[in-house]
Amino acid sequence: MLARASAALLLPPLLFLAPRARASSDPAEAEEERAGHGHGGGGYRVVQWEWSYVQTPYVIAVWLLVASVAKILFQLSRRLTRVVPESVLLILLGLALGGLALLADDKQPYQLEPALFFLFLLPTIVGDAGYFMPARLFFDNLGAILTYAVAGTLWNAFGTGLALTAAHRLGVIDERVEAGLLDFLLFGALISAVDPVAVLAVFEEVHVNDTLFIIVFGESLLNDAVTVVLYKVYISFVEVGTENVQMADYFKGMASFLVVSAGGTSVGLVFAVILSLLTRFTKKVRIIEPLFVLLLVYLAYLTAELFSLSSILSMTFCGIGANKYVEANISQKSRTAVKYTMKTLASIAETLIFIFLGISAVDKSKWAWDTGLVACTLIFIFIFRALGVMGQTWVLNRFRLVPLDKIDQVVMSYGGLRGAVAFALVVLLDGQRVKAKDYFVATTIVVVFFTVMFQGLTIKPLVKWLKVPRSTSRKPTINEEIHERAFDHILTAVEDIAGLQGYHHWRDKWEQFDKNYLSKLLLRKSAYRKSELWEAYQKINIRDAISVIDQGGNVVNAARLSLPSVTSGASFPDASNVTSYLRENGSGVCLDLQVVDKVPGAKVEEETETHHVLAENLYKPRRRYQSHYSRHFMPAGEKERQDREVFQRNMKSRMETFKSGRHKRHKKERGLKKRRASDARDDGGDKPRRGIDRQDKDPVVIPVVSDEDDEFQCRRKEPETDDDVGITFVALKAEAPQKRPHSMTGAPPAADAHLPWKGGGAPWPPPCLSLEATKVIPVDLRQAWNQSISSLESVSEAAGSRAGASTRPASYAGAAPIAPAPLLEKNQEEEEEEDETVPLVPSRRPPVPSPLPAALAPGRHRKPRVYLRSLVTSPPSGGSEGPAGKGPTQL
Amino acid sequence: MREGRTKGGTWRRGCVSCPSIRAPKVPLAFSGGAMGSWQARPEQQHYYHQLAQKTGFSAEQIKNLHHRFRELSANGETIRAHLESIPTLAKNPIKKQIIDAFFDKRNQQEGESGRLEELDLGHFLMVMSHFRPPRHKSGEDERCAVRRQKLRFLFNMHDTDNDGTITLVEYRKVVEELLSKSGAIGHEAAKAIADAAMLEVASTNVPHMAPDEFYEGITFEHFEQILNGLEMESRMHIRFLDVDTSTVRCGKAGSTSTP
Repeated sequence: MLARASAALLLPPLLFLAPRARASSDPAEAEEERAGHGHGGGGYRVVQWEWSYVQTPYVIAVWLLVASVAKILFQLSRRLTRVVPESVLLILLGLALGGLALLADDKQPYQLEPALFFLFLLPTIVGDAGYFMPARLFFDNLGAILTYAVAGTLWNAFGTGLALTAAHRLGVIDERVEAGLLDFLLFGALISAVDPVAVLAVFEEVHVNDTLFIIVFGESLLNDAVTVVLYKVYISFVEVGTENVQMADYFKGMASFLVVSAGGTSVGLVFAVILSLLTRFTKKVRIIEPLFVLLLVYLAYLTAELFSLSSILSMTFCGIGANKYVEANISQKSRTAVKYTMKTLASIAETLIFIFLGISAVDKSKWAWDTGLVACTLIFIFIFRALGVMGQTWVLNRFRLVPLDKIDQVVMSYGGLRGAVAFALVVLLDGQRVKAKDYFVATTIVVVFFTVMFQGLTIKPLVKWLKVPRSTSRKPTINEEIHERAFDHILTAVEDIAGLQGYHHWRDKWEQFDKNYLSKLLLRKSAYRKSELWEAYQKINIRDAISVIDQGGNVVNAARLSLPSVTSGASFPDASNVTSYLRENGSGVCLDLQVVDKVPGAKVEEETETHHVLAENLYKPRRRYQSHYSRHFMPAGEKERQDREVFQRNMKSRMETFKSGRHKRHKKERGLKKRRASDARDDGGDKPRRGIDRQDKDPVVIPVVSDEDDEFQCRRKEPETDDDVGITFVALKAEAPQKRPHSMTGAPPAADAHLPWKGGGAPWPPPCLSLEATKVIPVDLRQAWNQSISSLESVSEAAGSRAGASTRPASYAGAAPIAPAPLLEKNQEEEEEEDETVPLVPSRRPPVPSPLPAALAPGRHRKPRVYLRSLVTSPPSGGSEGPAGKGPTQL
Repeated sequence: MREGRTKGGTWRRGCVSCPSIRAPKVPLAFSGGAMGSWQARPEQQHYYHQLAQKTGFSAEQIKNLHHRFRELSANGETIRAHLESIPTLAKNPIKKQIIDAFFDKRNQQEGESGRLEELDLGHFLMVMSHFRPPRHKSGEDERCAVRRQKLRFLFNMHDTDNDGTITLVEYRKVVEELLSKSGAIGHEAAKAIADAAMLEVASTNVPHMAPDEFYEGITFEHFEQILNGLEMESRMHIRFLDVDTSTVRCGKAGSTSTP
């Protein structure tokens, strides 16, 4: 009942090797096989053997598993994978598997089936490549790419074909190879195209610079049209016979090239539009957004295939075209889902392709070896590739602003890898019509193996040796982003002034068109209103914040940016901005660790440690997410909150790392400050004291505080419902410490109360201080985070977040702005009475006693002071307090 | 300049002074140009030669640019007026800065400052030369020089008051202008972006500031530093045609092009 009948299976079953082979390769499968043979008695069977029922999916699944496991295995040895590209290893694995099969059985029941390859494996790779193609880079180099793809491929095809014919005539290729001019041209056509799968596999590990990569890879994608047309034209010529080919047929061939390429592209673009439009309306069905993307991209491929247009072109352009709009339309989660699905599929498809290539090579029945043909082909394709690249580059360099130099040309010639496309095409040949098919198959296999294995193996050292500029994975900074955009505008302007209509002119035209019509049509309203720079800014913001913390405080406070023209009164918008820098760049956290206020004793230090540990581990028990069983809806609020929480935790752990890095040096100050901070918190909030004496607390103040607190809590309820913000309030909120996984929220040890400095410097430990200190990083970062999320997510918030670029949008910081202001004012009052230095207020006294929460913001009080000093030019006392008090309101 | 041509009519009506902007085949012999200054051929050759040496343009390029320049200065109106009325420039968010850059003496010669009242061809070419692509076989030194020169141009553009630093206010202005045409982004957002950018400059360049130091603004050195990762040499230039301006163009207009 088994297997032999399953030849029609798309995935030829490895499982069906004879038991002998299988036992050696895979014991588990052998087990099954034995079980399969074991049954067969009459009567009722307790266990039924339903192989034929599950066969197809089972085989597919096992193949995928084999491929995936293979990847794991290769990654075990870093040294191996660093030298040998994975594709090579996969082919070797395939060869081994094929060899095993050969031992078992003379006939190879599995092959890289063209149908499987073209309908399933190739589209996954091309889809991934197209969708994630760096569009700007691609179109910037489109001229070169097209030249290489069209002219280069034609040149290679004809050159190789003709040269092979000549070699055949001259007798270099054996007589047994029954092939005429057309056969060789056909062979030349299929062997000459650079293969996207191979190029991706090899170049991904080489990391040459972007331009070089996009040219080679773009070529490999776009030459599909040429290959398809040439292949089809020659096939039809071979079928009717050379003598019957008329002049008109050549022209038809030319026309068909135009139709195939233009048709494929337009099918792709049509699908791109459909896809973008669809995703515009998926707000309510977020859950199937990724499916839309995958399906439509795949449909673009199939549709092109249906009309025998260039399917690769179609899919590529669908991906490139839709990417911008789709990414803007779909949710962050969907984006991730699309990305991972595509990458997973592409990766597994690539793995399968190379394994199958290996296996297919070990099939004696398909082979017919002719050394002359193989050698000639290898030499010719290399020579013609090199010549073609040189010639075309020479021409292109006359037009290119950035010429391709010799080294680039070498890499491009050498990177002309042939792969599975050629193999699938050659297998598709009709053995009846093309007599030399077996020779061609053998040659193709050798060529593919040679290019992928030999060239793939050596290209890395070559690139290193030639010192080809590598690509940097560094993300651009905000300044670079700004200037990238400035460049575009400047260059367009200069072209306009110079009266030229160059590239920038047309690109600008296209962007105008895109902005005015396409984006309006294809983007959600919310997404449409955001500019790219803004998005970039949001992303960079978060990244910067993180890196800033990682670097550990080598950050200049925004406060140090001097604002020359500002005086106290006028500066307040600016002042708020300065604080917003603090927020945006997260520079606040790491400020001023060096401040040594007092030198506490060893005990204090110890305490600090304990406190530190406590604070660190006092995570708030995370809010339990309601499990939802709806298959159709993903609660968005939940998601955002989750993001926030994750972010929060990330930030926290990063900060902890940072702190521990600095810990040694600043332990003391931090300990000191932490105490103060916790004091501040204690006093400010109305949480149950743990043995802390409150005598020193100003009784007058308490009601004020609690009032504030009440207001706070009311306010706080609001944001709490929709998002999980709240670190800001930790300082004031009683239950905050338990609730929030905040490093500084740990309850202060009771011993704190008796620490000598406790009652000293700060009778009124200003809550605003701790508040300010607490807030700076997490809230601010969260703001950036929120903004970027909300900017992607919701329509309604767009305006808010835009308006709130520097003043915090109400949507997620509802309570935040309220907090600091009254407290500060209070502080001022307090200050007047107590003459206590509050960091945010220009100090009358040295900042020494000002308490700061160490855990979160070790000693950042100086900076605010500094920035205020920089902003507020009026004398530090009296007059400046008013505005200073107001400043934080804008936080 | 398809649009330029189609809109040419209205534009010409709008500003009386440009009779033949983009007239396709204006002969390059400058027999009776509007400027009327370099008719005599040898003199003109000499002048071109001088300019070529100064700016690095080829004679052909200078001819073309001269042609353009005469269009821009036709009919006695100021060049600034002409520049401001270029239709395609109208949509450019940094139009004003670019035009100002042409009148900035700092872009003419190192060490000078101030504004030019009116441009002559030399000035025009000098500014244009900032966008000249580097020669194909340029050494490392030359590359650096080109880079610096381009950076200097950018810097000057941002540093409007010519005090050697781009202050926060100036930088905000830049970002604001940049975003001004993208509509949706508000004033505040632009500010925030500029602030973040400024802070980034400050933090990369002066990592260890004393507590009471302030970051005054971006100096040229810092500017250079911060844009280190940006490939200036290969990015910031345009193609100046060697032949008559009505030749082929090789830009592609976006993704609509087909292979």
